[in-house]
Amino acid sequence: MTIPTLDTHDRASDRRTDPATEKRRRRAAAFADAASAGWKVWLFKIVALGIVDAMAIYAILVLVVQEQWVIAVAIAVGVVVLNAIYLIPGLLPAKYLAPGLVFLFIFQIFVVLYTVYIAFTNYGSGHNSDKEDAITSLLQQSQTRVEDSATYPVQIATRDGEFFLVVEDPETGDLSVGGNEMPLESISSPEAAGYDVLDFSQILANQAEIGALTVPLDDDLNDGYLRTTDGSNAYLFQSSLEWDPVADTMTNTETGVVYRDIGTGAFTADDGTEILPGWQVWVGGENFVRAVTEESIRGPFIAVLVWTFVFAFLSVATTFVLGLFLAVVFNDPKMKSRKYYRVILILPYAFPAFLSALIWAGMFNQDFGFINQVLLGGASIPWLLDPILAKVAILIVNLWLGFPYMFLVCTGALQSIPDDIQEAGRVDGAGVWQVFRHIKFPLLLVSVAPLLISSFAFNFNNFNIVYMLTNGGPRFADASINVGATDILISMVYKVAFVGANRDYGLASAFSIIIFILVAVISYVSFRQTKVLEELN
Amino acid sequence: MALNSNPLTSQPAPALAEALADDRRGAVAAEKAAPTPRRPFGRWFRETGWRHIIGIVMLLFCAFPLAYVLSASLNPGGTLLTANSLFSTFDLGAYFRLFENPSQPYGAWFVNTLVIGLATAFGTVLLGALAAYAFSRMRFTGRRFGLLTLLLVQMFPQLLAFVAIFLLMSAIADIFPALGLNSQLGLIMVYLGGALGVNTYLMYGFFNTVPASIDEAAKIDGAGHARIFFTIILRLVAPILAVVGLLSFLATTNDFVIASVVLSDPDKQTLAVGLYQFVSQETARNWSVFAAGAVLAAIIPVALFLALQRFIVGGLTAGSVK
Repeated sequence: MTIPTLDTHDRASDRRTDPATEKRRRRAAAFADAASAGWKVWLFKIVALGIVDAMAIYAILVLVVQEQWVIAVAIAVGVVVLNAIYLIPGLLPAKYLAPGLVFLFIFQIFVVLYTVYIAFTNYGSGHNSDKEDAITSLLQQSQTRVEDSATYPVQIATRDGEFFLVVEDPETGDLSVGGNEMPLESISSPEAAGYDVLDFSQILANQAEIGALTVPLDDDLNDGYLRTTDGSNAYLFQSSLEWDPVADTMTNTETGVVYRDIGTGAFTADDGTEILPGWQVWVGGENFVRAVTEESIRGPFIAVLVWTFVFAFLSVATTFVLGLFLAVVFNDPKMKSRKYYRVILILPYAFPAFLSALIWAGMFNQDFGFINQVLLGGASIPWLLDPILAKVAILIVNLWLGFPYMFLVCTGALQSIPDDIQEAGRVDGAGVWQVFRHIKFPLLLVSVAPLLISSFAFNFNNFNIVYMLTNGGPRFADASINVGATDILISMVYKVAFVGANRDYGLASAFSIIIFILVAVISYVSFRQTKVLEELN
Repeated sequence: MALNSNPLTSQPAPALAEALADDRRGAVAAEKAAPTPRRPFGRWFRETGWRHIIGIVMLLFCAFPLAYVLSASLNPGGTLLTANSLFSTFDLGAYFRLFENPSQPYGAWFVNTLVIGLATAFGTVLLGALAAYAFSRMRFTGRRFGLLTLLLVQMFPQLLAFVAIFLLMSAIADIFPALGLNSQLGLIMVYLGGALGVNTYLMYGFFNTVPASIDEAAKIDGAGHARIFFTIILRLVAPILAVVGLLSFLATTNDFVIASVVLSDPDKQTLAVGLYQFVSQETARNWSVFAAGAVLAAIIPVALFLALQRFIVGGLTAGSVK
């Protein structure tokens, strides 16, 4: 597809009329609109806007409770604008554009900006919430039972589907209630405060939740938590870490090591060891710096980068050469049953790509696959396990998947080249090859070049084939991130962000941005080049 | 359409149509010039016969993996090794076993893929057509800027932003669980984020070919913009709506990355996500069940694709006659 050019015909400006006629015309149009928009349209409009408004108000209320002011204001502004567009007469283009734009803003423009933001944070497993949450979960994680603590008789109560401990003070006999992240507060009786006390069978049915209840004694988390194992007695648990809010340090009470907040998003000891979970902080360009300086990331990153370019270039080159060759071969009008060949030739293109890759992965299997066992008579070639062969396998499969597109494109381009040009060449004494090389091919390239560039951009991010065929493997042994010899950038991003226990959203987003910049620059430069190509003709 | 930065799924329409339309014309021309004397074999072979040899080689290359998977699905042995004896048996057992394992809910995946694909296609067509109508028929400030912006925004595909999509969806899940992570409705909304862009361009070009005098005639007859759009324009541009819808459907069914990021529950996943996990877990043991799943999963996209070409060609030639 060529890049669509903007419509330069401006119909409205073509017939400029005097203001009075124009005004009358507009009023007439407004009358016509009002006449045709029946009550059904209005009903639909009101119901749809009502649903959107209700959802927005609910979302704003929830966000206000969570103190997410920026997003709440953004939603409020957005919904007011939407209402204005549909309730104020006129603004016709906005009425038609708004539905698509809403989705575009949230799921395309916003997520792109959000990607940029994440790239500058340490967001990932171990760093996914704020500091307060991190402190709470550190203290909860490292609890041990305090020896010879008092025994607190408890009952289990529920309210709104959550579980709570109703605790009797062993000395005074006063009742109090508390839950996860809700320190004990005194009550006169659980029923009066709106709690339902569980009976024995209900306790048995919810053992897991009850065992996980950790109820802070009071607001100072260092004082410890109450936990119960049997639903009738609770004991005091205290963290082996001690949190000092004034000095902003965590101290391990057993080893005496002091961990400080040194601005990296986790409490860090003097020798550099961190205790996780940490929290999310702005790290500036550190993810980008890490990508190019940290040895265990840089090595694989450069290997992946080089392979991505090689893969994208060879993918385009091989599919184009084969597609063009076949287009020329089948472009002979005298050849019979071309139609049937053509349908078979585009089958690989019609077949869902992720399925094709999985099927080829089976056929390439070293021990049982069809290629080794049948075609190569029982050979044991490690097609997907050897770094070089795996790359070859990916290119073969991609050729299979991709040449039909090039075949179709080239056939179209060839047939749009007028025959008389070719005739003229022949009359001047050029051979078939010369006509092709010097006349047809340059003409064809003009119309196909933009497609080759977008095909390059597509293959640059051709996730499915890599992930489904080799899963990026064989894996690099010396890399600190989970990447392998056939990984391209996009599959590396996916693995860094979502595969395995250690997820690093910040680093993955940084890679995303690097990919975007590369693709954008390459596309821009090569589109300029093809402009030059067009001017040559 | 979520992945419409993808030239392989979103861009073939014009090229494909052109190729096939031109081909039809070429064939007609050839028939007219048909009564040529029969050529001797040697000359025939030199001129066209060798083309058939290449054709047959390519035929084997193209069709082989498809024949292989069909054969594997009919083989009761169930392993990669037994699948190597092509078409030695005929047994539909794998197709039944496909629907029996509750940890691998193929039926649910299939329905999910259809529902998500159809809903996304419908939404994409509707949103794209609304926008294309505005760009094609109305003149407003920011129109050219809007068209240009759409093109630029499309340069950063959603595919690259999947980390942010994941985090956004998990944040939405805290407010609206029905729209957030692990929600199919949420996934459809993410896909609709890409509904404008290339689709709007495709439709915009087609809308421009419908003469504006039709709108004006309707306006004089008293029709408002909504009636003109829904009852007149949408019918006239039906071919491009079908093309955009089908391309969007194919792109959605082929998407692995975003679907796998958003949907975590096995019952809610799509075929791409489910079948990948199925294969990565038990390739060797259940190969014929996977193959059966692949055959079933491919039927609809392949059928749609083959139907799609004819539709494009038909639509465009009809349009040019008009």
